[in-house]
This record gives sequence, C-alpha cells and structure tokens, in this order.
Amino acid sequence: MRHIISILLENEAGALSRVAGLFSARGYNIESLTVAPTEDPTLSRMTLVTSGSEGVVDQIRKQLNKLVDVVKLVDLTEGQRIEREMLLMKVRADNGGERDEIKRLSDIFRGRIIDVTESAYTIELTGDGSKLDAFIAVIHPRRILEVVRSGVIGIARGDETARRLSA
Amino acid sequence: MKRGGVVELTGAEIFAQCLKDEGVEYLFGYPGGAVLHIYDALYRQDQIRHILVRHEQGATHAADGYARSTGKPGVVLVTSGPGATNAVTGIATAYMDSVPLVVFTGQVMTHLIGDDAFQEVDAIGITRPCVKHNFMVKDVRDLAVTIRRAFHVATTGRPGPVVVDIPKDVTAQKTEYVFPADPTLRSYRPVTQWDPQGVRRAAEILLEARRPMVYSGGGVVLGNAAAELTELVGWLGAPCTNTLMGLGAFPASNPLFVGMLGMHGTYEANMAMHECDVLLAIGARFDDRVTGDLDKFCPHARIIHVDIDPASIQKNVAVELAIIGDARGVMQDLLSALKASHRRLDKEALGHWWKQIGAWRARDCLRYDRDNVDVIKPQYVLETLHRLTRGDAFITSDVGQHQMWAAQFYHFDKPRRWINSGGLGTMGFGLPAAVGVQIAHPGELVCCVTGEASIQMCIQELSTCKQYDLPIKIVNLNNRYMGMVRQWQELFYQSRYSHSYMEALPDFVKLAESYGHTGLRIDKHGDVEAALKEALGRRDRLVFLDFITDQTENVYPMIAAGAGHHEMHLSSDRELA
Repeated sequence: MRHIISILLENEAGALSRVAGLFSARGYNIESLTVAPTEDPTLSRMTLVTSGSEGVVDQIRKQLNKLVDVVKLVDLTEGQRIEREMLLMKVRADNGGERDEIKRLSDIFRGRIIDVTESAYTIELTGDGSKLDAFIAVIHPRRILEVVRSGVIGIARGDETARRLSA
Repeated sequence: MKRGGVVELTGAEIFAQCLKDEGVEYLFGYPGGAVLHIYDALYRQDQIRHILVRHEQGATHAADGYARSTGKPGVVLVTSGPGATNAVTGIATAYMDSVPLVVFTGQVMTHLIGDDAFQEVDAIGITRPCVKHNFMVKDVRDLAVTIRRAFHVATTGRPGPVVVDIPKDVTAQKTEYVFPADPTLRSYRPVTQWDPQGVRRAAEILLEARRPMVYSGGGVVLGNAAAELTELVGWLGAPCTNTLMGLGAFPASNPLFVGMLGMHGTYEANMAMHECDVLLAIGARFDDRVTGDLDKFCPHARIIHVDIDPASIQKNVAVELAIIGDARGVMQDLLSALKASHRRLDKEALGHWWKQIGAWRARDCLRYDRDNVDVIKPQYVLETLHRLTRGDAFITSDVGQHQMWAAQFYHFDKPRRWINSGGLGTMGFGLPAAVGVQIAHPGELVCCVTGEASIQMCIQELSTCKQYDLPIKIVNLNNRYMGMVRQWQELFYQSRYSHSYMEALPDFVKLAESYGHTGLRIDKHGDVEAALKEALGRRDRLVFLDFITDQTENVYPMIAAGAGHHEMHLSSDRELA
C-alpha cells in the first residue's frame, strides 16, 4: 500500500543522505521525496511517498525513527490529510487551434499558463497525484515537450501539527 | 593561552581534555598528517594511554575487544583518507554486533574539503551505512559538545559505533573549553521506560506455558543483564539457549542450559525451539543464522520479544507480544510480576518437557571421533583448552570453523568472555580484538582462537603485542584450508574446492619468533595438552600455538541454509534425528 510519511529532520548537511541511503541500503521503494527548510530554520520537512506491505512500511517507519537526525515522523496515511503536488509542463503550441485547445484544457484543470513562446506554452498545475495524471493523459503525447513534477507534499487535516507533536 | 582571564585551548587540546572528562583510559590509533595536532596534544599529557596498532583495522577491532570485554566504549583515532577507509571494516563489525565505539577520523582542512586534496575521503559518506551516527565538526566551538554527544549516542539505547570527523584546521583553532553538561539531542531519545502492562501480559503467557523456552542474545550481554537472566530462567525452570552473541550470559554449566542454537547450534536447543509452546526472546534479533527457514520457525510457539530497539521487533518474525525496553530492567520487572502472581508453571508439563529435552540431549550431538588419535581433532584442542583454563579465559576468535568449535566446546559461564564477530563475520578480528581485551585486563588470560587463513588477515598486530608486552595465547587451528569455505564446497558444491586451499603458508613458529614472541608447532595428538600447559604457564609472553589439525573435519550439527530447526544434520554419517 502507498504511504505518505512526513518527517521533521535536523537541517544539517548529510541528513538527506541518511534517509536516501537507508532506502537504498534496505531495498525500500521511494516513489517521491521532497525536502525544504521549515519556518524553524534548524528543521527541514521531508515528505516521502513509499509503498510496500504493512510489515515493510512498519520497518520503514521504525528504521527512519532510528536515524538520529529524525526529530519527528508522522505517517499521514493514518489520518485525514491533504496532498498536493505541482506539475510544470511544456507543451508544443504552434498553431491557433492547438493553442486554444491547450488553454481550454488547462482552464478545466485549473492550471495556469506561466510562460509563452511562439511555439510553446508552459503550464503550472497543482493537485493530488491522480489529478496531475489525468491532465497528462488528456494532452496528446506528441505535444508534451517536458514534464516536471515536484513530488508529493502533505499535511494533516484539523488542528494537529507535527511540530506540536514533536515538542 | 589566556585572553581576558578565559583559558583558551586548541581543538587538539580540547580533544584530549574531552576524552579525559569522558573517563577514557585507552585510545587505539595510528597517526597521520590530518591528526598531527591531536597527536601532539596527546604527547603533552600523560593521562590517556595511546595504543599504537599496525593497521587502522586493528585499531577498531582492538577498541572493539576492549569495549566488549569491559562494557565501556572503545575509542579510536585515525588519520584522514586511508586511515579512515582502513577503519571501516572494524566500524562495520562493531555496528553489526552493537558495540559502543567512538571513532575519530582526521579530515583535510575545511577549505580543502571537496577538492580531492591529499588523503581526502568522504569519511562521513563512507561510514554512514555502518555507524549508529556520525558527525563532522567544522567549527572548534562545536568540538566539545560533539564529542560529548558522540559518547552519549554510542553508549545509550542499542549501542553502536559513532564516527567524529575532524578537519585539521579545527584542531588548530582555539576556543574556551567547558565540559558540556548536557549531551542530549532533541532527535535522539533512547528507550528508558517500558510498558508495565506488557510485562504483566508476558508473565501471564509464561505462566500458562507447558513447554517454555528462553532464547537470549547479545542484548543481554550488552545490557549487563546476565544475573537477571539466570535468576529468571531459574525461576521458570525453563530451558535456556543463547545465540552466538549471547554466549556466557547464561552459565553453560547450569543444567538449564541447552547450548547455542541456530545453524551450528545443539540438537536439543534447536529441537526445543521447534517444539516449545512459549518462547521468550530477550536481546536477540531473529537473525537468519538463528532462525533458518522462517516458515518453519517455532511453529507451535507464542512468542514474547524483549528488545531495546523498536526496529528489531516484528522485523523477521511476527511475535504475539513485544516489550521495547532494556533487557535488565524488563527482566527485573518480569521476575517481580511472576513472583507476585503466587503461581508457578505446571510442574507435570515441565517434567514431561525436560524428559523430552533429555532424550534430545542423549543424542550427544557434539560427539566427534575422540578415539582417532592419529590426527589432532580441532574439537579436542578446544576441549583441552577449556579444561586447562577452567572455562575462565577471555576467548577471542576469528571467523569460520574454529569460531563455531570455540562456541560449541568452550563453555562460557560468564558474560563478556566470548569476543567474536558474529554479525559481520570479520576474518582478522581475533588478534587485534585480543589486544584490546588484554589491554583492558592485564592480569587475565586472553586466548585468540583462530585459523591459518583468518590470522593472516591482521597478523601485523603481533608487532603491537610485542610493543605492549601482551601475553596473549594464540591457538591456531591450522588445517591448511579455509575450513568453513571448504566445508560448504564439500557439502554443496560436490567437493570442488575452489580457492579454499591455503598454499604457501608461512612458518608460524618462525613468524612469531621474528616478532619477538614464542612459537610452538604441534602436530601430534599426544602433544596437545603439554603444549597448551606450557603456553598457559608462560604468563609473561605471547605464545603462538600452531596446531596442525585434521584437514577434513567439519562442523556439526548443521542446519543447511533455508532449512528448519528440526531438519538438522548431526554428522556426515548420522543424518537426521
């Protein structure tokens, strides 16, 4: 099963490689991984999407918790959550019909065109993974010049916060 | 040194002072460019004794032997680049067996890091997968607190090696030194409390057992819980088995002991595992060499698992009840709970269980051809060593057949006497580990049981032994083969002995003598005891005993990889139970 694990990590050189190294050393899957500093500059937030049997995911959580740089770990899959991912897509748009069609599709998905040239559009789109997948599916593959996805970030619904849990 | 009334020390001096404040007595190391400031600071003090090894692998193994035999952290100092990479095998060895080490690696100056400077290596990156944690110190003001934290992390919770990488310029910079009062890290909170309800449930399950079994591992040794284990097992009246790492935690001479379990464990221990109805596992991690085929593991048992590392729980084997906690404390609480119940295990059922175990024991699974006096049987050497030392020596070993025979035939009654590389299986461990053990226990008898292949992997430490007058006894079981490789090739590769034969062996007697030690070559059964007596009597010097043993002897009993505990081979001609 797919799990979204949110980690507060010491914002130190090498902390990211400890997490990445753990996954490769123990043969765990990483679907996506995002990391950035938090409002507290001594902490980074990492959001990690992985999959495996319950036993494997249990081990992943335990092994991550064992890393000395991990301050707090929350498996967002266990509760109500909001997931978001950003997509940047460059598509070929070099005639009027194509340009209109892409603009329309982008509007339907509530995307934004953020860069325009005579032959191409760059679209920005956010949503959960399935929405981005759906958008990619409706654009003809020959038109897609480049796709960049951010990887998933997530946050628990309600007033629970990982920060407070870590205090 | 003084500025405005504040005493400032260099990083190198802070290093030395921190070690003193941590209570470090011995430092195992080898100098080099990046650590010259530190070596200079060590020269200018006389509290910490530095033991100069001949190869950095030897430094880590010696510190490891020191740590395993004392319970105190072993401390290592090596230079950057090859100094650090040579230390890696010893760090990984300590990691697999959860041994507390603090390893200081020199590093090139901070402004050169990443430039492929002379003797530069990414020590943090290289050691990351085989340390509990590692630190790089880039500012002298962080040095003292980092060293303090390194000792804290290495020695608490499930212990392990910690590497501290120190660039050379940091050791020259000056700052005020204060011993940091608080070593804790917000992101590191080792378990100090456990669930009392879990302990009560464990007592309930144990009291219902009709065929109980206690399986304990290295965690009981590391957690200084041997006395608690002995009392608990005694109260239960249950059979007790130890893993390779756990030997000595329960006295081998106690009638409740059924021997080691696993691949080369005893028949009675493995059969009792297979047939028990309640299994209490303490400080053990269900390693593949212990469990064999997981689908056939303890098929009838309700399993209780006590371990300090949450990640060890439910990793290989699903258990009914897990208690995450310190072996010693949990066993104390468990014993209190059992006593408070005013109940005992079903006496009649226990009687039947012991009768069954007696029948398994009667198979005499460790029997070997004692009547054959034409060759030296390796088992005979170890039995004789055990008898002559009354089971009271520190025994280090290398890896292979001799290691298994030592585990089977040297019956350990005390913890921290059996020093071997169980997890990583590092050939070359035995001699440098013996250096560390002998340094820690100057008046005690330390024997290194080894083979002619393993001993050559760190033979250079004979020089260290000479320098510090370490009267180690080396028991070399020389069968001219990499015995365990040969055994597997015989059993599983139709006797195709691919590169397992040791050609061009040195004359070990002359080799020992050239290092300034005494060497004895023994090739007759009848000379074994006299040679051992002579060596053991020479308390003032190292004696290298080169026993020319039976070339084709194999280690039995044996469970082939992937088989179950009940599928043992007792010997080549005594197939199955």
